[in-house]
Amino acid sequence: MTDVLIPLMVTLPLLGAAVALMVGKSDRGQALISTGTLAAATVIAVLLLIEVDGNGPAVVEVGAWPTPWNIVLVADRLSAIMLVISALMLLGVLVYSIGQGAADGHRETPVTIFHPSYLILAAGLFDAFLAGDLFNLFVGFEMLLGASYVLLTLGGTGARIRAGVTYIITSLISSVFFLAAIAMLYGATGTVNMAHLAVRLADLPADTNLMLHLMLLLGFAIKAAVFPMSFWLPDSYPTAPAPVTAVFAGLLTKVGVYALIRTETLLFPGQGPGNGLSVPLMVIALLTMVVGILGATVQADIKRLLSFTLVSHIGYMVFGVALGTQLGMNATVYYVVHHISVQTTLFLVVGLIERRGGTTSMTRLAGLLKASPFVATLFLIPALNLGGIPPFSGFLGKAGLFLAGADEGGWLIWVLLGGGALTSLLTLYALARVWNMAFWRSPEELEGGYQSTLLDALVENPEDDGSVKTRTTPRLMVSTTVAMVIFTLGLTVFAGPLFSLGDRTAAEILDPQVLISLVLPEGVR
Amino acid sequence: MTASATLIILMAVLYAVGVYVLLERSLTRVLIGLMLIGNATNLLLLLMSGRNGEAPILGDGVDPADFADPMPQALILTAIVINFGVTAFLLALIYRSWFLARLGDQADALVTEHEDDAELADAVFTETEGDDDAIHDVLDASEDGHDDHDQHDDAAEGARA
Repeated sequence: MTDVLIPLMVTLPLLGAAVALMVGKSDRGQALISTGTLAAATVIAVLLLIEVDGNGPAVVEVGAWPTPWNIVLVADRLSAIMLVISALMLLGVLVYSIGQGAADGHRETPVTIFHPSYLILAAGLFDAFLAGDLFNLFVGFEMLLGASYVLLTLGGTGARIRAGVTYIITSLISSVFFLAAIAMLYGATGTVNMAHLAVRLADLPADTNLMLHLMLLLGFAIKAAVFPMSFWLPDSYPTAPAPVTAVFAGLLTKVGVYALIRTETLLFPGQGPGNGLSVPLMVIALLTMVVGILGATVQADIKRLLSFTLVSHIGYMVFGVALGTQLGMNATVYYVVHHISVQTTLFLVVGLIERRGGTTSMTRLAGLLKASPFVATLFLIPALNLGGIPPFSGFLGKAGLFLAGADEGGWLIWVLLGGGALTSLLTLYALARVWNMAFWRSPEELEGGYQSTLLDALVENPEDDGSVKTRTTPRLMVSTTVAMVIFTLGLTVFAGPLFSLGDRTAAEILDPQVLISLVLPEGVR
Repeated sequence: MTASATLIILMAVLYAVGVYVLLERSLTRVLIGLMLIGNATNLLLLLMSGRNGEAPILGDGVDPADFADPMPQALILTAIVINFGVTAFLLALIYRSWFLARLGDQADALVTEHEDDAELADAVFTETEGDDDAIHDVLDASEDGHDDHDQHDDAAEGARA
């Protein structure tokens, strides 16, 4: 069964994109095709997860060429989990954007290219998660990046072009690092198959290993927006339409994190010669967390604020990867799932706030709690979740990471735990301020020339022209957001089964021998 | 593993020139820089295939040991195609950004892409020659543009007063 399901995961969205492009004249037809495709992809992903969790990893040799000269698609628990969560998020955001498009007409999202690009983005994501060789991972990255360039510059307004150029050039540089790393790896080992690389890299001298390792990490760190390569993210994401920002924030950086996990566990596991990069990774994780959240505390624009929290929380995941223990990986997997869903949901809610309040700058938003208690509730739940308030999944994920860290011990880890707690509190501070200003403050206060030390240090979005344009909040957008919020709550309710799935995943990725022997035929070394 | 010294030097030069041009302010130069770096990386891939050899096609009297490694060539081909697509997209973006800068204040008011733009684009095109110079002028002009804008406002307010 997996022989069919795994390639379908990639080919189905591509086919859907082609058909959606062909029926470009009809909004309804496109919406139907893309929703249908992603719903099918979600079902396939869930089936794959059940299959892989029960019967172990599945390998498909595409085109029936013998390994290691072929393209292999590999689904293990980590891939399957990423597939399920990303397919779900893509589907949710798609329905939300259909609601928005129906309300606004075509000005913000020209429909003919939106749906095909969105599906190609999905295909690229799925391909990256399933790739069994580094070059296919590269192709998956390029597919999703190419689609994301189009989505980010939709409509071609001045602000989007400017943000898009920054984003594209940064992405291209990271791709160059990645491709150069692949070239060097091929030169050193004569293969690009990840399982084969894992076998052969273990025989290389320590200094060669270190150089290859660093080059790969550099490429992935730019994609995952790890400090100091995170500068591009808060500048480029917020200018896109709300649903696009939501998908980018939730999923694109996590592909980088996924690649980091694979690099650290399969290609360069901690015990190999010259592979011990745990300490530098931890330092970088600390800096990512603290610098990112400090940026968030001075933003007036909620979208930019959330982009900074996004960067900052990547640090938690890098910390988990750097720990490299069973507990650490377990918590990282849970945290990735939590963060993807909560960030996506928050950006969707901000899309609602923007329509209801007419702006996303908290200096000009007021009285939303009275005007729309429902949207206020929708914001409050994921905001508290992101800030790490018990009993939400943000708290559980951080608790898992902190326990894993405490289990390991050492002064650096204790410093990191302190930094992590501080980041969590500052996230709460930044989001509580949004709540105070946008939701609790009454509109009369705003008109009466409101003064507060809370607003003194804030920096406005440079693209902001100071206008306030309210629009309707269509029922479809609100109900999709409600469904997403309920899903994030589900992560708390089902935390037990999720953590035990994370435990099995961690065991699997920390013992790559099983996967290697499954992918490589007998006697290939 | 043996590799051609000429290719290595060429690759190094391409990287160096590419990075240098990438750091320029004009977008067309950034694009040229990216293309050079991309091609340098393709050369790097080619260099990693090892020694020269025969075309890797099985036939009578051909010893597979003489083959050149075909794998990096397949990889390069993919990389070239990807590079090509992204370059085309970036060119479109650069054109758009130049066009918007050229329109100045009018750009914000533009809603429909094709009707108004096409005429304006023709007008703009006939006005200028020598693309790179023009883009440079526009880039400089767009930086000063804000000042012009303010002056307009002042003038308008003055008229009202």
